[in-house]
Amino acid sequence: MSTYKVNLKVNNLNVSVDEGTTILDAARQLNFKIPTLCHHDDLCVAGNCRVCVVEQVGNRLLPAACATPVSEGMEVLTNSMKVRQARKNIIELLLSEHNADCTKCFKSGYCELQEMANEYRTGDHIFLDVRSKNEIDISSPSIEKDDSKCIRCQRCVRTCTELQAVSALAVTHKGKEMKISTFLDKPMNDVVCTNCGQCINRCPTASLVERNYIDQVFDAIYDPKKFVVVQTAPATRVAISEEFGLGPNRSTGKMVAALRRLGFDKVLDTDFTADLTIMEEGTELLTRLKEALVDGKEVALPMMTSCSPGWIKFQEHIFPDMLDNLSTCKSPQQMFGPLAKTYYAEKINKNPADMVVVSIMPCTAKKYEAERPEMRGSGYKDVDFVLTTRELGRMIHQAGIDFEKLEDEKYDSILGESTGAAVIFGATGGVMEAALRTAYEIVTGREVPFANLNIKPVRGMDGIKEAAVKIKDVKEEWSFLEGVELKIAIAHGLANAKELMNKIKSGEADYHFIEVMACPSGCIGGGGQPIPTNMEIRKKRAAAIYEEDEKMVLRKSHENPEVTEIYKSFLHKPLGHRSHDLLHTHYYPRKRY
Amino acid sequence: MTNVEELVKQQAEIHGHKRESLMPILQAVIRSERFLSEEAMVAIAKELDISTADVYGTASFYTFMDTKPKGKNIIRVCKTITCHMKGKDAVIGALEDLLKIKLGDNTSDGKFSLLQANCLGWCHKGPVMLINDEVYPEVTPQSAVEVIQEYLKQK
Ligand code: SF4
Ligand code: SF4
Ligand code: SF4
Ligand code: FES
Ligand code: FES
Repeated sequence: MSTYKVNLKVNNLNVSVDEGTTILDAARQLNFKIPTLCHHDDLCVAGNCRVCVVEQVGNRLLPAACATPVSEGMEVLTNSMKVRQARKNIIELLLSEHNADCTKCFKSGYCELQEMANEYRTGDHIFLDVRSKNEIDISSPSIEKDDSKCIRCQRCVRTCTELQAVSALAVTHKGKEMKISTFLDKPMNDVVCTNCGQCINRCPTASLVERNYIDQVFDAIYDPKKFVVVQTAPATRVAISEEFGLGPNRSTGKMVAALRRLGFDKVLDTDFTADLTIMEEGTELLTRLKEALVDGKEVALPMMTSCSPGWIKFQEHIFPDMLDNLSTCKSPQQMFGPLAKTYYAEKINKNPADMVVVSIMPCTAKKYEAERPEMRGSGYKDVDFVLTTRELGRMIHQAGIDFEKLEDEKYDSILGESTGAAVIFGATGGVMEAALRTAYEIVTGREVPFANLNIKPVRGMDGIKEAAVKIKDVKEEWSFLEGVELKIAIAHGLANAKELMNKIKSGEADYHFIEVMACPSGCIGGGGQPIPTNMEIRKKRAAAIYEEDEKMVLRKSHENPEVTEIYKSFLHKPLGHRSHDLLHTHYYPRKRY
Repeated sequence: MTNVEELVKQQAEIHGHKRESLMPILQAVIRSERFLSEEAMVAIAKELDISTADVYGTASFYTFMDTKPKGKNIIRVCKTITCHMKGKDAVIGALEDLLKIKLGDNTSDGKFSLLQANCLGWCHKGPVMLINDEVYPEVTPQSAVEVIQEYLKQK
């Protein structure tokens, strides 16, 4: 951080900012909003859309505020006549090649371009209309790509490269043919795309949106023959409030109430299967450690978490030689599906063929995951529809439910009970923390040695976090772990994951257990979460998650009574036969290039 | 290893495995193969450890880097405004008639491809035709056809 201060005037008000600050950020400090399109707080400067132009007194040219650092004595006008005219022209130019069919568009009301066009009341159509039509790419179960809505701001390309290190998208061709495309313009489903949806989350228009299944879900709800159950992921409950302008907030109870009012027959919780994941994955880790340390077997270590389907597809493409390191556990969503259609169906006396399982997820990759052919452990499609947090927001709006005024309600039982360990799955480091809370206690009989169970070293937004936990005074059956220092690492965002993987491959680092989430900050920053996102918003969502955890009566997965019950009456033991059939899966190598 | 993969490997040895090596390697493949096959682009992505979309994005920016198979001789007629006004359409029409193909296609014997190009810097002598690396300024439909007929005579 620079200590030099630069003094300038923005709209005749004095401001003093750090050297290197952009005009955009200097204006923000004075609470002047300069419109932007290609700029995104999470991404590097692009400076290609020009809507952020401002007037700099004494400069004939209009600099782009997002790409121009301040200088001493600078005088900037953010809304002069000249600026307003230029900005209108720029917006008009963008619209002249934009397929602006707003009334039919999924992004209408949520679109940055539309908002700007409304604000500036353009509409003179001074430029030639050169918009084009094209086929919409719906090859992927997660993503809809419509080039006719693209303003070529390249946020998606920068996201896929800088944050995710995938580069499935690139700028191709030039001039009026320039577009955002894939290798040889192949369909999205045929390239290295992980379906993480981070690009969707940053696309200002409807050029990249999630495949949405709102109508199908309403159809199921209104079909009297169908019994429709819904499960909600940990991270949705702290972000759904943003869809109603309420900021990131704990709103589990309101969300449950809204789902019930939408007409779901039962409102259940993915957090239950998150707790179950800890039992299965924790046991898997301890088993692998035993095999390595006692039986001297060749086992794949470090073991890596498998709850993030974007991360799974990334591994299948980029590190196909390390698939054995992945835990065989399905994601909590996909553990929930088959249990709903077997264990639960039996308990409530329903024919699984008449059941529809819907998930509300912060994630677009989970739409893809639900379509994987392996995900039919129940004999049916385990999870029928996956909706993003944003889609749930739309449904609540469509149904005319006043979210803010809802009274808190509770999840239905069974498959509705959960612990604080499950809810923190939503933030980076959360699965690790939950696993440690349980595994440490299984092995030593004591709680993890951290104040109030809060394992602070695994929390926070550092791209890669490392920690070591010394295991001592173990129970007799775990004597082989006496004195072992359990080495762990956590990465979030695929670019960080790739860096971590390269370290492991090169032998530079050796860990026992690794948590990876495909999305920056974990699921709270998921591709299906409310737009916009940035570090500040993600930090608030994380804070809400940890608060939710602290407010729970039960904080450790193995203390979830429904988990105890399902092992007693149905699964019998972690990694047992039934678990194997319903809760575990396998992975397939895919092409890296 | 196929010939193309071999070639890419060789070129990467010469030019390096960095992203900056992309252009010279692409150019070398074009020189030898006249176009960039999927196989070639995958091989390049592997050598440089960049994504295939990146390779394609760069290649597709350049008119002279085709990603579809091309004939032995590549005819390009300038399409930019000066040549346009000086009658490039008539030239293209005459060549289409002669070669019995449409703009963008290859002749069935694989001898010719007929393409357009952006301004070739010969505006003062438009319309301009380029065959491989040979420039033919101020062509008429008639003279263009004659030039091609010369090419047809060579084996
Ligand atoms: S992307 Fe935005 S501006 Fe374009 S049609 Fe959709 S809502 Fe309208
Ligand atoms: S797809 Fe969206 S994010 Fe990508 S360039 Fe187009 S408008 Fe921008
Ligand atoms: S979904 Fe993720 S991997 Fe796929 S193109 Fe978008 S950012 Fe890249
Ligand atoms: S936001 Fe500044 S140029 Fe696009
Ligand atoms: S316009 Fe044809 S050479 Fe310049």
